[in-house]
Amino acid sequence: MTGNRPVLTMTGISKTFPGVRALHDVDFRLFPGEVHALMGENGAGKSTLIKVLTGVYGTDAGVVTLDGEQVSFTGPMQAAAAGVSTVYQEVNLCTNLSVAENVFIGREPRRLGAVRWGEMRRRARDLLARLDLDLDVSAPLGSYSLAVQQMVAIARAIDVQAQVLILDEPTSSLDAGEVAQLFRIMRQLRDEGIAILFVTHFLDQVYGIADRITVLRNGRLVGEYRTEELPQFSLVEKMIGQELDVLERLDEQQKRATVDAGGEAPLVDAAELGRRGAVAPFSLRIHAGEVVGLAGLLGSGRTEVARLIFGADRADHGQVRLDGGRAPVRNPMQAIAQGVGFCSENRRAEGIVPELSVRENMILAMQAARGWLRPIPRRRQDELVRRYVEALSIRPANPELPVRNLSGGNQQKVLLARWLITEPRLLILDEPTRGIDVGAKAEIQKLVVQLSDGGMAVLFISAELEEVLRLSHRVAVMRDREMVAQLDNDDTLDADRVMRTIASGTPREEVTR
Amino acid sequence: MSSTSLTTGRSWRPSLPRRHVPVLATLALLLVMYGIGVSQYRAFSNVQVVFNVFIDNGFLLVVAVGMTFVILTGGIDLSVGSVVAMTAMVSASLLRDGLPAALVLVIALLIGPTLGFLMGCAIHFFEIQPFIVTLAGMFFARGMCTFISDSSISITDGFWTSMSQQRIGDPAGNFVSISVLIAFAVVLIAAYVLAYTRFGRNVYAVGGNAQSALLMGLPVARTRIAVYTISGLCSAIGGILLSFYTLSGAPLIAVGMELDVIAAVVIGGTVLTGGSGYVFGTVLGVLVLGVIQTLITFDGSLNSWWTKIVIGGLLFAFILLQRLIGIRFK
Repeated sequence: MTGNRPVLTMTGISKTFPGVRALHDVDFRLFPGEVHALMGENGAGKSTLIKVLTGVYGTDAGVVTLDGEQVSFTGPMQAAAAGVSTVYQEVNLCTNLSVAENVFIGREPRRLGAVRWGEMRRRARDLLARLDLDLDVSAPLGSYSLAVQQMVAIARAIDVQAQVLILDEPTSSLDAGEVAQLFRIMRQLRDEGIAILFVTHFLDQVYGIADRITVLRNGRLVGEYRTEELPQFSLVEKMIGQELDVLERLDEQQKRATVDAGGEAPLVDAAELGRRGAVAPFSLRIHAGEVVGLAGLLGSGRTEVARLIFGADRADHGQVRLDGGRAPVRNPMQAIAQGVGFCSENRRAEGIVPELSVRENMILAMQAARGWLRPIPRRRQDELVRRYVEALSIRPANPELPVRNLSGGNQQKVLLARWLITEPRLLILDEPTRGIDVGAKAEIQKLVVQLSDGGMAVLFISAELEEVLRLSHRVAVMRDREMVAQLDNDDTLDADRVMRTIASGTPREEVTR
Repeated sequence: MSSTSLTTGRSWRPSLPRRHVPVLATLALLLVMYGIGVSQYRAFSNVQVVFNVFIDNGFLLVVAVGMTFVILTGGIDLSVGSVVAMTAMVSASLLRDGLPAALVLVIALLIGPTLGFLMGCAIHFFEIQPFIVTLAGMFFARGMCTFISDSSISITDGFWTSMSQQRIGDPAGNFVSISVLIAFAVVLIAAYVLAYTRFGRNVYAVGGNAQSALLMGLPVARTRIAVYTISGLCSAIGGILLSFYTLSGAPLIAVGMELDVIAAVVIGGTVLTGGSGYVFGTVLGVLVLGVIQTLITFDGSLNSWWTKIVIGGLLFAFILLQRLIGIRFK
C-alpha cells in the first residue's frame, strides 16, 4: 500500500499560542489504507497538529494538501465534508440527543427539509450493527457508558465516507475487550482503503495496530518510521529525547513489601460504607505509608468508592473515620480538613480551573484549607509552586500561564501538585496516569512510591493492572459495584490472578483483612 | 465479552424516558388545577373559560415560544417584555401618524428580530453572557418606549380595531380572537421547526453541549444568533397581538413580562441549562399560568398578587423536579 502517493500531507506546520510554541515546522503525511500512529509526550503537539489539520485552529505557517490539492479547512464540518473525520479524546457528542441523532446530526436524511426520523433510526441501527453494537438508537446517548459513546462517535465519523479518519486517543476510556473491538473496526476500515491517524499513549496498542509511526517532541518533528523498523525501546527514547533510567526501572517488576500493620490503628477506616445504586457496602482500612490499589473494569464502582471515602457522595450505609476516634467524614470539606486529598479522574470537569494560572490552580486546595481570610503570602506561593513545577517537571515551566494552555498530562500534574502542597495524609488518585505519556506516567508512579515511603497513605485507582500491581501493597478488586476481594500484593499475586478475581468475583474467603 | 459489556451499559437505568417526565408533570398539574376549578365553580366548566385563557394569554404564548428556542440553547432573553412594549408603542405611534396598517405591521415586525439579531451577534462573537446582553437590550427597548411617548397612545386604525373585535366562534356562542389563531400557528410552526428541521435539532445540540456541537461541525454561530432573532420576532408578534388586545401602546406595559415568560417555559419542562424541552410543554406552562389567574379571578376574594405567589411556588417546585431527575439519571 505504500507505493501510492499520500492522501494527506502537512508541510512546515507552525503554530504558536500565547506563551507556548505548540508546533514548529512539522511535516506529516498519511497514506491510504494505513494506520499511522502519531506519538509524543504530553505537550509534544499531537492534539494541536490534529486541530490544525481539521481547521479548529488556524496555522501560523505551513501547507496542508488532501489528494494533492492544497486545502485550508475553516472547521471540522468542512474537513469532514472533504473526507477528514475526527473522533476526539474526550467524547464530543451531545448526551442529551438520541444515539441516532448523534450519528447523523448535521446530515440527517431529509425529505423536503423535514428530518426523516424513521429513516435516520434505521440507518443508525445498520451502521452500529456494522460495529457490532446493538443499541436503542432512540435512547439519549447519555444513558450509555463512555465506551459506547466512543463507538457511537466512531460510527458518526465513518458514516461520512471518510478518506481520513483521525482517532485522538480513542482507547483511553475503553477496557481490553472494547479496545479489541475497536481495533477490529480499524482494520476493517483500513482494508477498505481509509487512512487512519491514530493517537494513543499505550505503546502496546501502537505495536498492535499501527503500520507507521510519526514521533513529535516539544512541538517538533522527530521522525517518521515503519513500525517494524522501530523497536519499542527506541520509540520511547525518541519520544522522550533522552534515556531515562526511570523507564528501565519501570520494567523491573518490583514487588512492594506489605506494610506490617501490627497493632497500629489504620489511618482510614471505612466500615460497611455504601450508597445505593453506586456501590455495595464495603469495609476498607488503609494504614499510613500504605498504597492500596483499586482494580476493576470501567464502571465497576472504583470511582464511587473513592468519592464515598472523600465524602463527595453521601453514603447511605456505614461510615468512614480518619484516625480512629474522630467524627466520621461526611463531606469533602471535613475530609480535606482531616488531611485527605482527592485527584479526580475527570480533570477537565472536576479538577482544573482552566482560566486560572498554574500557580492559582496549585494553591487552591491549600488556600481552601487555610480559609479564605488568611491569604498565602505571594512569596510563599511562588516558592511552593516553583518547587512542584520542578519536582513534577511541569512544562512549560511558567507558573503564570493559564492552565488551559497546558497539555492534558501537565494539567494532571498541576492537579496533583495542588493536593501535594496541602501535604495530605491520605491521597486518593483516580486514574492519575490516564491519557498521559510514558515519561509523565513514570514520574507520577515514582512520586507515589516516594510519597508512601514518606508515610502518606495512597488510594490508587487505575485501569492498568500492571500499574496497580507495581505500586500497591494491597489490591482491592471491584466487580459490578461491589468490592469482591482485597488481595495482599505478595509473590503469589500477578495480573492474571487479579483478572481472574475480576472475572469470577472470587468468594469472600479471599478477603485478607 | 466486549459486545455483552457494551450493551449492558444502561441496563440498571429506569425505562421511563426522562425527557418526558417534566412535561407529563405539568400536564398532570394543569388537569388537577382545571379539575379543582370545575369542582369549585359551576361556570368554570364553560368552554369559553378555556378560550378566554387563550385570548388573554395569546401574546404571552407567542413570546414564550420564542423564549423556548433561546432557553433550549442554554441562553436567556430578558429583553422580550420591553420588545413587546416597544413594538406596541411603535405601531401605535406610526398609526397615529397616519401610516397605512400594512406598512406599520412590516416595520413593527422588523424591529424585534433586528434587535434580537444584534444581541445574538454580541452574545456569540464577543462571548458575553446572554443575561447581560439581553439586559442591555431590555433597557434599550424600554427606553425607546418612553422616547416615543411618555404616555399611552390609543389606536383607532380600522384594521387594528377589526382584529381586536373579530370573533371566531362556534354555534354555541363560544369564541376565540384572531390572536389565538395566530398564536396557534406560531406554536405549530415552532414545534415543527424544532422537531423536524436541521436548525431545530441544532438548537438542541447547542444546548446539550456547544463545544461538542462545534466539533461535530454544526453551525453553532448561526444557531445561536438565530434563536435570539426568533425570540425577537416572537416578541414583535407578541407586541402586535398585545396592541390588538389593548388597542393602544403604553410605555410601561408588559413590565416584568420576561419573567412570566421564563417561568412559563420552565414550568413547561424546558431545562434552563438547555438541551431539553418541548414547545408543547411551553403551551402547558402558559396554560398553567392562565388557569391560576382564572382561578383567582373566580374566587374573587383573593388579591391578584396570589397569582405571583403561586407561580413562585410552582416555579421552585419544577426547578427542584428537574434537578432531582437530573441527579437520578446522572
